[in-house]
Amino acid sequence: MDRLKLVLQYFQSNSESISNGICIILALVSVKVYTSFDFNCPCLPQYNKLYSLGVMIVPPIILFFLGVLVNRHTGVMIEERMRPIGNRSKNPAVVKYLFSAMIQRALLAPMVWILVTLLDGKIFICAFSVSVDPALFSGLPNNTGLDVIKIMAKVPCKEDSIFRNSSFRKAVSRYVRCYSQAVGWSILLFLIVLVAMGRLIKPYFDDHATSLQTRYWSNYLDVEQKLFEETCVLHARDFARKCVVQFFEDMREDAVLRLPQPLFLRNSREEWEDKEEERLHGVSKQEQVDQLLNKWYHSKPELDVTRMAHRPRTCVTWEDREGRTLYSDV
Amino acid sequence: MDKFRMMFQFLQANQESFMNGICGIMALASAQMYQVFEFSCPCMPEYNYTYGIGLLIVPPIWFFLLGFVLNNNVSVLAEEWKRPIGKRHKDPTILRYMFCSITQRSLIAPAVWVTVSLMDGKSFLCAFSINLDIERFGNYSVMNGLTETDKLKLLARIPCEMLFEHQEIRLAASRYIKCISQACGWMFLLMMTLSAFLIRAIRPCFSQATFLKTKYWSHYIDVERKMFDEACKDHAKSFAKVCIHQYFENISGEMQTLHHHRTTGKDDSDDGEEDKRSDEEKLMGIRAQDDMNKVLWNWHTCKPALALRKEQMEGENNGKLNGNAKGAANGLVNGHNHEVAKKEWAVYYSKV
Repeated sequence: MDRLKLVLQYFQSNSESISNGICIILALVSVKVYTSFDFNCPCLPQYNKLYSLGVMIVPPIILFFLGVLVNRHTGVMIEERMRPIGNRSKNPAVVKYLFSAMIQRALLAPMVWILVTLLDGKIFICAFSVSVDPALFSGLPNNTGLDVIKIMAKVPCKEDSIFRNSSFRKAVSRYVRCYSQAVGWSILLFLIVLVAMGRLIKPYFDDHATSLQTRYWSNYLDVEQKLFEETCVLHARDFARKCVVQFFEDMREDAVLRLPQPLFLRNSREEWEDKEEERLHGVSKQEQVDQLLNKWYHSKPELDVTRMAHRPRTCVTWEDREGRTLYSDV
Repeated sequence: MDKFRMMFQFLQANQESFMNGICGIMALASAQMYQVFEFSCPCMPEYNYTYGIGLLIVPPIWFFLLGFVLNNNVSVLAEEWKRPIGKRHKDPTILRYMFCSITQRSLIAPAVWVTVSLMDGKSFLCAFSINLDIERFGNYSVMNGLTETDKLKLLARIPCEMLFEHQEIRLAASRYIKCISQACGWMFLLMMTLSAFLIRAIRPCFSQATFLKTKYWSHYIDVERKMFDEACKDHAKSFAKVCIHQYFENISGEMQTLHHHRTTGKDDSDDGEEDKRSDEEKLMGIRAQDDMNKVLWNWHTCKPALALRKEQMEGENNGKLNGNAKGAANGLVNGHNHEVAKKEWAVYYSKV
């Protein structure tokens, strides 16, 4: 339980690792779907190839789009690309970085599907059993009255009766599976070499300083969007609470005199109200909220928080009559 | 147990993730139900098609409606749609947004059923076995010399393993139809994914600002409803407390006061008064049944405008300043934010 919590916390620590986690989960889902999918070769010469190539190509496309959909960076990237400039200049390098990161992550699950199908071999057998030369193997059943093509097309189907007493089917399957696995391993090797070369060569072509900057700002955009959503949620909650209280108080029939309350009670109530008002940040009307949200899209604020970070803090000092300091605080 | 608790806490963290959780559970339930369900094709020409296609379409409709039933937002949407305008005007984009999000979530379980059923192939086999052309599977002489109705009856028996004697034809035919059914399933899945992709990835290109607005206000409506329920509950509790307290006071008037003088000291009275005062505060001035009825009635017929009074907040600020100035030679540190800093400037000046 603790370990799981630690793992979850690690993955949620920053947006990149969340995306990596989702990417890995999608790859595992892809393997699970393949194992639970009931591959059903039609065993007819006209349809074998079509069916097999369909099963090898359509699921990766679906997985790719799913990978793009579940990635948070897609939304961030599109929003950053489509927003008006406003107070904040646009950096195309950040958009390019987000795009390439998103594409790389989305490509993992489709590659896993293709590799698993190749290493398993069923699809190759279904697609290419017709192209095998039967003369290479002995035991071709020639008493059924069917053409050679139709017989070869039936090789992927185990239950078929024409292969009942011969090892022809198994021999052809093994042969084609061997090709399929060779292709699979070659593709895997090629991909790994490509990735390794890419990682080794990249520092020579890329300016490390600029890439640090782009990484920082792309992470920043993601965090900013998340925080904005959270702030909106908290604001809505406080707005709602105040609206409801105001509604109740407006319904009062008799005028109630507000007598001054003793100081200690006042302070305790004020602290709670202080906190509430702080959270509202002065935005307390529908038009103000609408304006805020409109401006957030059309004219994002500049990336400069000096005002908030270095707010002038007054220091108040109490002195007695002789000028000795009694108490001082910000 | 711990795992369940953690999952529940995570899911209830906010309304959206709770609804996503329900959505996921329904999708799993849909897949599980398909596995558990015993598909039994009638194997008769008149009923095969109805049974096969019916089982492909009716359960998804059922799951879709169940999704609406289980979604809390449906009643929020209906309420927002039917309420009179009052002081708060209605925004049709918010209603559309809520309806779209409810519909999207409800569509997942039906899509899972349709996909699983197409990948399995039994529905298609049952529905379309009578349309098969046996000739393409080989040179079989089974159909020679049969009348049309007999041919149909024979073809209709293909989905039933026990009723059809020629196993090779049955296997070849079921493989063929299953292959078509799986192709349809993958195409369906591809179409759903593409449309989801288009909706989610292309939408930010248009009307993103309006989207932010509608998302905020639809979440606000949901939260406001919850806050109102909580406020009503608190009010009812305080109302009940004060009501009962008053009742006891009225019934046993002198005995109560005598008892009070003799036993309780000064230390109790402060706490008692604090409790009474906080209850009084929670009542917010609504102390009669008619008043409360009016509150509840007006909440639906005339919702308040979305504008918090600033004068109330400013008035209280001034009051605080004066209170502190009167109170205070003892430091008044109430936190280190700039609002407090502003107040202390004023105090500094007023002291001078």
